[in-house]
Amino acid sequence: MHPASPTETDAGKTPRVGLFCTCLVDTLRPSVGFAAAKLLEEAGCEVDVPRQTCCGQPAFNSGDRATSRALAEQVIVAFEGYDYVVAPSGSCAGMIKAHYPELFVGDPDWMGRVDRFCAKVFELVSFLVDVRGVARVAAAYEGTVTYHDSCSGLRELGVKRQPRALLATVDGLSLVEMGEADTCCGFGGTFCVKYPQVSDAIVGKKADHIDATGAGTLLAGDLGCLMNMAGKLQRRGSPVRARHVAEVLAGMGDGPAIGEPAPSGKA
Amino acid sequence: MSVEITSPAFKQNVAHALDDVNLQTALAKVGPGFISRRLGAADKMPEFEALRDSARDIKNHTLAHLDLYMERFEAKVKEMGGHVHFAVDAAEARDIVTDICRRLGAKTVTKGKTMISEEIGLNDHLAARGIEPVETDLGEYLIQIRGEAPSHIIAPAIHLTKDQVEADFRRVHADLPPERDLSEPTSLLAEARGKLRQRFLAADVGVTGANFLVAETGTSIIVTNEGNGDLTQTLPKAHVVLASIEKLVPTLEDVSQLLRVLARSATGQEMSVYTTFSTGPRRAGDADGPGEYHVVILDNGRSGMLAGQLREMLRCIRCGACMNHCPVYHAIGGHAYGWVYPGPMGAVLTPSLIGIEKGANLPNASTFCGRCEEVCPVRIPLPKLMRHWREKEFERHLTPAPQRYGLGVWGFFARRGWLYRPATRLAMGALALLGRTRGRFSSLPLAGGWTKYRDFPAPEGDTFQAQWRKRKERETLARAEAAAARGDAA
Ligand code: SF4
Repeated sequence: MHPASPTETDAGKTPRVGLFCTCLVDTLRPSVGFAAAKLLEEAGCEVDVPRQTCCGQPAFNSGDRATSRALAEQVIVAFEGYDYVVAPSGSCAGMIKAHYPELFVGDPDWMGRVDRFCAKVFELVSFLVDVRGVARVAAAYEGTVTYHDSCSGLRELGVKRQPRALLATVDGLSLVEMGEADTCCGFGGTFCVKYPQVSDAIVGKKADHIDATGAGTLLAGDLGCLMNMAGKLQRRGSPVRARHVAEVLAGMGDGPAIGEPAPSGKA
Repeated sequence: MSVEITSPAFKQNVAHALDDVNLQTALAKVGPGFISRRLGAADKMPEFEALRDSARDIKNHTLAHLDLYMERFEAKVKEMGGHVHFAVDAAEARDIVTDICRRLGAKTVTKGKTMISEEIGLNDHLAARGIEPVETDLGEYLIQIRGEAPSHIIAPAIHLTKDQVEADFRRVHADLPPERDLSEPTSLLAEARGKLRQRFLAADVGVTGANFLVAETGTSIIVTNEGNGDLTQTLPKAHVVLASIEKLVPTLEDVSQLLRVLARSATGQEMSVYTTFSTGPRRAGDADGPGEYHVVILDNGRSGMLAGQLREMLRCIRCGACMNHCPVYHAIGGHAYGWVYPGPMGAVLTPSLIGIEKGANLPNASTFCGRCEEVCPVRIPLPKLMRHWREKEFERHLTPAPQRYGLGVWGFFARRGWLYRPATRLAMGALALLGRTRGRFSSLPLAGGWTKYRDFPAPEGDTFQAQWRKRKERETLARAEAAAARGDAA
């Protein structure tokens, strides 16, 4: 959706990418961060992980503008030196790209700076395909997978065909589409704990669609949605395993899936 | 039918809705049907997206000059022999209608579909004064005989199954022969029509809503699929149109643009079956038509929305697409929202009309999936407007304490990276250790809302940032050693 903008990165020069790892990947599933870094390096980028906390979305969606603004400033200061800022999450990238400007409206000291910053923020898989022109990956994954379109990536950033295009080049992998792949999984950030019953009803339907595909693996581009769906599938005893799409694309899909123990109980 | 507000009890409403087998059966059909029909209609029309832009622009323009168009409309209606009444609130609107009915000695009032009537609680008010309201839209008729409120703005009885409807008819229509087959929707419609025909003829006043009020001509317009609106407004002595201020549109040309996105967004039809234009009462020489024509224009808090961020909500043309595409609406139906307007449009509009104190649950009960905004024909940024309410709630310290407290603690750490990083490392290390055998938790303190329904994955171990830095240090060290080794060799 956002074509490559060769602003600071002259052709041939190695772009420096600041990896925004997201709170969930940072704390719960670092392997997604390493997969993202690997994919970015393979796409000819130099990857750095500056010190970071959160993009501020939980505060923003809870109506706490002061905290969101403070966190947005923190992110901009930490990341604006890079040629690109990439997150393995449509939700966090969407928060920055689509919503940061709202937080600085009417502030002439920041507005231009924020717009310039947001222009170089991308979701991982769409960055690889649309900006870096990656057409195939060198990865193998045996089995049938199904892919869930996470809402922010889909609707705020236009992430839909890019992950499917790259998955089609993974050796041994076949993709079977679930019904209503583009319907919300019911995660919704704080929504799932504020209205757990509604969230459960929504993710229950999602789990039905996933199970109905007969796929062995569920993939998506956002860890929040994945934890929600994986948690529901596991609770109802479904054999479907869930992974972040980056793990499979990076050829790192052989570790424990989400919510599975490490072999021999090693943490 | 009543205007009782149960939005504050949203969570209880939800529990009730999720347990209601009939409701869940009825809801299962809502999403897929509406979604595919709208998509089909939009795909067939290459200029659909451009039309949405122009629909948005028409409404924006009207709202920017609402006073002018209101005056123009009023003048035109008068010129055509009709009357315009402005009602500041629900009570005023009810009184205006009651006065008209009383003056005409009305015993029964037929009604075409109008949500404003629900908003002002007209039926109960009339009934209490000895005037019988008779709903003539099939869906409205059904919920009237059940004593319920609409659960959807264009499909008021969508929460009912066919079997429930048949049972209601058999219960209420005493003369219905038991052997009459009512297994098909068409036979149900025929049964209702038979009953309603007599009521149309006997009615003294007909009340309808309006999809649009045209300033240029003083015309009110309704779209229906049953044609009941036509009989409601032409047969009685007086036709009363109930509308709110945002129904105004400058010209018939504008209306024709809006109609092109309305039905496609609502039901996937190119046009609704009936689009009825009413301008003034019957003129000398007209074959039929009402003797009097009244338009009641309700404000009820809307003019207060004109000045601020919520103004965009007043573009709404009540197509219902936002609820038809809403995962929350699909899960719980319309009644759980606890007042007249359900779904995403209700989540924005309801707090404006009944107050955020009572309506706070509605803008919070959204996943922000964005699908409503994606389909809204007049491009109302519904999630942004729901967030606006969350901000108001937060500013006024109305956010529930546990949530506010949790957010505060999280925000404190997130704003202090030097504390956040060691704290998350510690917490994740501990959790990883606790969860290493199973890889996940089925209950966790402080996360009951999550673990009641789903497992929570155990962290892999140390945080990504910490691991990344260790790896970088190792790489730097290895490079230094390699360089040193080369140096030795040289
Ligand atoms: S908010 Fe938009 S989608 Fe919802 S009813 Fe109004 S016009 Fe239709």
